[in-house]
Amino acid sequence: MKGIITKLTGDSSFDLKNWLLDNIVTIIFWVFIIVGLFLARDVSIDWFFTELCNRFYRNAFLILSLIIPVVAGLGLNFGIVVGAIAGQLAVIAVRYWDMGGLSGFLMCILIALPIAVIIGLLTGILYNKTKGQEMITSLIVGYFGNGVYQFIVLFVIGVIIPVQMGHPMILYDGIGIRMSVDMGTITYSLDNLLQVPFAPFVAVMAFLVLAYTLWYQFLRKAKPGTKEKMSPIQFVLFIVLSLAVGIFAVAQAVTGGWMTKVREVPVVLMLVIAALALFITWLMNTKLGQDFRSCGQDQTIAETNGINVNRTRVIATIMSTVLAAWGMIIYLQNMGTLNTYTAHNNIGYFSVAAILVGGASVSKATISQAITGCLLFHAMFILSPEIGQAVFGQAALGEYFRTFMVYGVIGLSLGLYVWRANKRTKLELKPREADGTLKA
Amino acid sequence: MNEGILEFVNVGKEYSGHAVLKNINMSVRPGEIHALIGENGAGKSTLMNILFGMPVIHSTGGFTGEVRIGGKNAGILTPHDAMENGIGMVHQEFMLIPGFTITENIKLNREITKPTLMSKVFGKRLESLEKDNMARDARKALDVMGMDIEEYVQVEGLPVGHLQFVEIAREIDKTGIKFLVFDEPTAVLTESETENLLDAIRKLAKQGIGIIFISHRLEEIIRVSDRVTILRDGEWVATENTKDITAKEIARLMVGRALSLDRVEGNRQISDEILLDVKGLRVMMPGEEVKDVSLSVRKGEIVGIGGLAGQGKLGIANGLMGLYPVDGTVTYKGEPLDVTRTDTTLKKGIAFLSEDRKGVGLLLDSPIDLNIAFSGMEVKGDFFRRVGPFKLSDRGAIRKHAEDMVKELDIRCTSVAQYTGALSGGNQQKVCIARALTLDPDLLLVSEPTRGIDIGAKKLILDLLKSLAEEKGMTIVMTSSELAELRSICDRIIIICEGRVAGELSPNDSDEVYGLMMSGVSKEEAMRAGGETNG
Repeated sequence: MKGIITKLTGDSSFDLKNWLLDNIVTIIFWVFIIVGLFLARDVSIDWFFTELCNRFYRNAFLILSLIIPVVAGLGLNFGIVVGAIAGQLAVIAVRYWDMGGLSGFLMCILIALPIAVIIGLLTGILYNKTKGQEMITSLIVGYFGNGVYQFIVLFVIGVIIPVQMGHPMILYDGIGIRMSVDMGTITYSLDNLLQVPFAPFVAVMAFLVLAYTLWYQFLRKAKPGTKEKMSPIQFVLFIVLSLAVGIFAVAQAVTGGWMTKVREVPVVLMLVIAALALFITWLMNTKLGQDFRSCGQDQTIAETNGINVNRTRVIATIMSTVLAAWGMIIYLQNMGTLNTYTAHNNIGYFSVAAILVGGASVSKATISQAITGCLLFHAMFILSPEIGQAVFGQAALGEYFRTFMVYGVIGLSLGLYVWRANKRTKLELKPREADGTLKA
Repeated sequence: MNEGILEFVNVGKEYSGHAVLKNINMSVRPGEIHALIGENGAGKSTLMNILFGMPVIHSTGGFTGEVRIGGKNAGILTPHDAMENGIGMVHQEFMLIPGFTITENIKLNREITKPTLMSKVFGKRLESLEKDNMARDARKALDVMGMDIEEYVQVEGLPVGHLQFVEIAREIDKTGIKFLVFDEPTAVLTESETENLLDAIRKLAKQGIGIIFISHRLEEIIRVSDRVTILRDGEWVATENTKDITAKEIARLMVGRALSLDRVEGNRQISDEILLDVKGLRVMMPGEEVKDVSLSVRKGEIVGIGGLAGQGKLGIANGLMGLYPVDGTVTYKGEPLDVTRTDTTLKKGIAFLSEDRKGVGLLLDSPIDLNIAFSGMEVKGDFFRRVGPFKLSDRGAIRKHAEDMVKELDIRCTSVAQYTGALSGGNQQKVCIARALTLDPDLLLVSEPTRGIDIGAKKLILDLLKSLAEEKGMTIVMTSSELAELRSICDRIIIICEGRVAGELSPNDSDEVYGLMMSGVSKEEAMRAGGETNG
């Protein structure tokens, strides 16, 4: 067994027990989804993928906004809620002026930027004053932000900021915003820019992965200290899987199988998400990114080496908040309506749960974890009611279950993280030799 | 003459009116290895903190005197200023980031970058890293010391000896490094690693770097240094050329008798009965690890445990109380004692006064009476009234007992309802003693009983401990960094060095013997060397 695993991972120091503990949340979700797909027989596969892709396009950007604070040692930033609020304020302003289409969307992005920067700055300063308790602070920041936001949209708009009576967005007495705001032509403004059918897209992606694998194995010059090549088993696995998926997708496209019924892929939105992923990767290779990592690893050492830790942490928070604001705008253009008073409420929990499902922790998060997490988490979300329906005859049970999963995942991940961290730092005597004498 | 020389001129420092450094004059020439030695609290770290412009100095009112480089006042106010002046430090506890590679650690916050499009708009921090150049620099710094370890290896999991070299490489890599401070660099190293390190230090000195070498190991100082400066109680004692001085003389100068706590021989009744017998004790207390200690204590005696900071003397009492992971065979009153069980240890009549009075010893936000009664309530179930199925604390009894104790130990307070946080150090210590006495112990473990207590009160505490032994027949094991106080009341003193017993001394042995033994010299050698001057 050990030998197989070593061959599979190409890493001789691999420890199965540790690997299981590190990835327990991800594994639970894989098992749940696979079992779920078997149980919920009524779910058509094209519907499942349409839903999954939709949710992915909607949420990926938001989840990616969590990475920078984790790297900078601030933990999981539940405070992206205030970023989302900044995005919503921008959307409200733009819709009030009745701008639409792509220009309206870009206007939202532009207006959200200064709001998010200011909110992020204040949040970052608060995190610096509550070092060690950033996560709990970020939760409270979310609630507090919600309060201020409600005050603005219920009272300030109309009483302090004069608005036009009878505007379709304003409540009938001229004070406050209506329960829901129609996104107008901003809806799908980004999604609709360029769309391609699902099956060819998957085929192209699969062949790209194939090409990358071949390049990685045969043409790449490995830098010293990095892995030279994949293990043979890994290599074969990659080749076979990408070939299989690619050929299957081509076949589906030609024969008009279920893949052709899946929602079309919004290429520009995908490019935006890819651009963000690339930006984060690039950022980590700059001086600022290195400072994020230093602060995240050890604040004291960073400080003694002359890094301005507080300033670096504030920058990380601002970046996260701005990205969350933009992520929220992308989310809303996909949704089509803004539920003024509730849209932002669960953004923090859901995004955090998603990235944790991908295998991230309080101190480590990568792009691939964010992407995998986004897919797995939302697959669970789609399947839960269906399983409830199939097994218990009640979709509502599944709905309860998924709420349970969201909070359960957060609780389990945080608990495991602390448990493992304590175990690592636990003081222990060095073991004695077999005959009871002490080691020299 | 004083081209590039580093000088401390009349340097002094007070912490809230208490002078910890007085008129220090010392100089380090380029290319010289200058050893700095002194007991705990002699002022070595304060002096180095001044050199580095650490916030702890400047947030407490700065210092007097001047630090000069090349004859000019260097005006070092922050660690950054120190770095600008070419002063570097190799820390005792490694300032390395475990998750980073060696290169990343060496280049921490001094990364080589090149401009990018984004950096032109948003500023220098968005310049991208030139990892190849960074690796090349790191390689160069490692090669200076002849390290053949790969620069792209992650620091986590490297042997301790290598960590030390990575730290040094980081300092070497800083351009224009002129002075390098080594703070107890060999404390955690094995013998061969120490050899390598000393070689590296000599190499660096040859390249014209002035080196301040802080160590408690006299033998190393003799071997590697050109000059040695000895500090004692915040005062400069001597600066000598190392070749003109012996380890014995250094030891004598280092220890000396600073404050005169005269020894009054008491009339203690020491029986032959062994009360506590410890064999092969090991304690994993961070910074005070006990590696292998065996000792026995007879009924009625006061045994002192001495040694330098970080050598493990504090770990013994903490380990016996089960406060840190511990193993070893302990026999108490002829019965085996499971030292990992703090509750049974307390019940069997062993009480402990912690060196961390404010953290572990006292409930600072609670009144004196509760502090005194607390252990008694927890351990023996005293001071409770039974009301039906409930046990309620008996406020009256607690107050009465506390008032008796306050009178007996002469604790100065407004009333027993006063919070202990508001008391002076000496009175806080008395509250701790009162609490220990409430348990009516047979064996009292006392750690650093006079730490942070002014001189007048010190005497009172020591007298109190002595009278406990003489009048109540209590057995006391007292751990202290201050030899003078150990020598004033103890019957014999066990010196701990590097987690092991270096030897046992009588309070009347000479200063040199104490000094040598604390530096790890064996008893026979120490006695021989010390005997020469006495005899």
